[in-house]
Amino acid sequence: MKFRAKIVDAACLNHFTRVSTMIAKLAKTCTLRISPEKLNFVLSDRVASGGENFFSEFQMEGISAENNAIYLDLTAENLSRALKTAQNARALKIKLTNKHFPCLTVSIELLSVSSSSRVVTHDIPVKVIPRKLWKDLQEPTIPDSDVSIYLPVLKTMKSIVEKMKNISNHLIMEANLSGELNLKIETELVCITTHFKDLGNPPPASEDASQERPPEQMAEVHVDIRKLLQFLAGQQVNPTRAVCNLVSNKIVHFDLLHEDVSLQYFIPALS
Amino acid sequence: MKCLVTGGNVKVLGKAVHSLSRIGDELYLEPLEDGLSLRTVNSSRSAYACFLFAPLFFQQYQAATSGQEALRCKILMKSFLAVFRSLATVEKTVEKCCISLNGRSSCLVVQLHCKYGVRKTHNLSFQDCESLQAVFDPALCPHVLRAPARVLGEAVLPFPPALAEVTLGIGCGRRVILRSYQEEEADSTVKAMVTEMSIGEEDFQQLQAQEGVAITFCLKEFRGLLSFAESANLSLSVHFDAPGRPAIFAVKDSLLDGHFVLATLSESDLHSPALCSPELHRLAPPLQAHSTPHLDDFASDDIDSYMIAMETTADSEGSRAVPSIPLSPGLRPPCSPGPFSEDHEAEPSTEPGTPPPKKFRSLFFGSILAPVHSPPGPSPVLAEDSEGEG
Repeated sequence: MKFRAKIVDAACLNHFTRVSTMIAKLAKTCTLRISPEKLNFVLSDRVASGGENFFSEFQMEGISAENNAIYLDLTAENLSRALKTAQNARALKIKLTNKHFPCLTVSIELLSVSSSSRVVTHDIPVKVIPRKLWKDLQEPTIPDSDVSIYLPVLKTMKSIVEKMKNISNHLIMEANLSGELNLKIETELVCITTHFKDLGNPPPASEDASQERPPEQMAEVHVDIRKLLQFLAGQQVNPTRAVCNLVSNKIVHFDLLHEDVSLQYFIPALS
Repeated sequence: MKCLVTGGNVKVLGKAVHSLSRIGDELYLEPLEDGLSLRTVNSSRSAYACFLFAPLFFQQYQAATSGQEALRCKILMKSFLAVFRSLATVEKTVEKCCISLNGRSSCLVVQLHCKYGVRKTHNLSFQDCESLQAVFDPALCPHVLRAPARVLGEAVLPFPPALAEVTLGIGCGRRVILRSYQEEEADSTVKAMVTEMSIGEEDFQQLQAQEGVAITFCLKEFRGLLSFAESANLSLSVHFDAPGRPAIFAVKDSLLDGHFVLATLSESDLHSPALCSPELHRLAPPLQAHSTPHLDDFASDDIDSYMIAMETTADSEGSRAVPSIPLSPGLRPPCSPGPFSEDHEAEPSTEPGTPPPKKFRSLFFGSILAPVHSPPGPSPVLAEDSEGEG
């Protein structure tokens, strides 16, 4: 099992650091799925994020030819902290090593005033996940949604949801095909609804689906507000594209695109 | 005693107090002929810090009123620190600081003359004490490295603020290596991340040490002096010897000098692999404990006379004694436990019967320790990057 990768471009390095910081905010441990073409961060099968074009060099060899992938468990904060020291780095190398225990060694060459360079090495302990558990960590299939809608500015959404959290843990998300999204909380004493209008809906996947559904009809999902907030809190930069797919009473699926990194976040409905 | 500090020096004094507060809870103030000395030691006696401000540092310096003996006092660090709590405020508003102590009053008076005619007077109660002395001499340490504080500040940046210990040593190619030190834990299911910083020789003003030497000391305590050195833009020098012997960190300029003496982990407690990676340097020799032939001599000495206890001084003049005895022995048991034998532990073990995983010896205070039975640790394994099965 082998893995070696290198980043030399400052912008890519920055981006990779931001992704890892976002992951660190979302969960304590994350699983790294290394396959020949890409690197995915998987968080307790709720989120998967893929990143491909960061690396100038990428070599890997999985467990076997048929199962050419590597699954590693690590503490997300370690990776994020390691990458933070790469602010002014000339180059960054990541490789899988075995120093007393399996590690992901992140080696950063820093720019230095003097002629000699400085090297920072971080050995992040990882746990290799056996093949029999791989099926739990596959990319989730995206279900057919009832309504698909573009999200408003995430920062605005976050500040609203933060205030709502103080009142109730149970949030109702509903949206329709006319570009309207509502966030509702209902308690004995009070009902609060925030209406977002004119958000726009992405073009439907198939022709039939859009014709069947009346545009005014809301698809609603009841979710735990804390899960929604955790997702929103991890977004530091506004994504290039942010879509929310709702399957009535089943699941909320967030599909974000940050330049070339895609992030899928699923929140199941409260039973 | 009466001293008057003005202008930018007030902030320097404040910064020094902040540094000292990272080490101990009590501040020993002693006006000497060659300046005002501020000293402290930590509770486990494994770290000692002292700043000496030359008379020229002050606008006015009077060690003792004529005819009287110089007074020494010990005050609570917390109280003294409160005077200089906010350095930003001190810098902006304080014009003069007057510290005075006279035999009649029972208080150390610190008076801050601030802008707009505001005067803040702090009356700090103190205890009479004997001089706090430590036995150390940088000249006796075979290894020295010196660099601008900025370089060392950048070197410790990748390490988490919570990290307790760090190993400093010379690796292959005469590179200075700083590596996070992790204690072996009994249930090591969750391993910690290991960070290593490697700096080239060229960044150092002086590097007098061979490849393979290394010491492990408390990073938190070191950061205290480092932040002072960075703010004063001074060079910091590290004088060290074999593992187990104290390391001396020093800063100096024309008006002041500061010394932090920190205990280091001894050979038998080191668990981290050798600093030279075997990729380049097959089987770098593990650090050899320097045999101390005079150890036996000390063991048979009268413990009482050898001891330089905390609160007594042989020389009542108070000048910082340049010790004629070399750095105390310590690491190799067995030493006959004397009446003062105590285990000075950096982190006392809570389980009875289980020997603590490491001991910082308070060598420079001359205490003799009971024989240590370190738990059988793994033999030092050299780091090897194998790309085999993870």
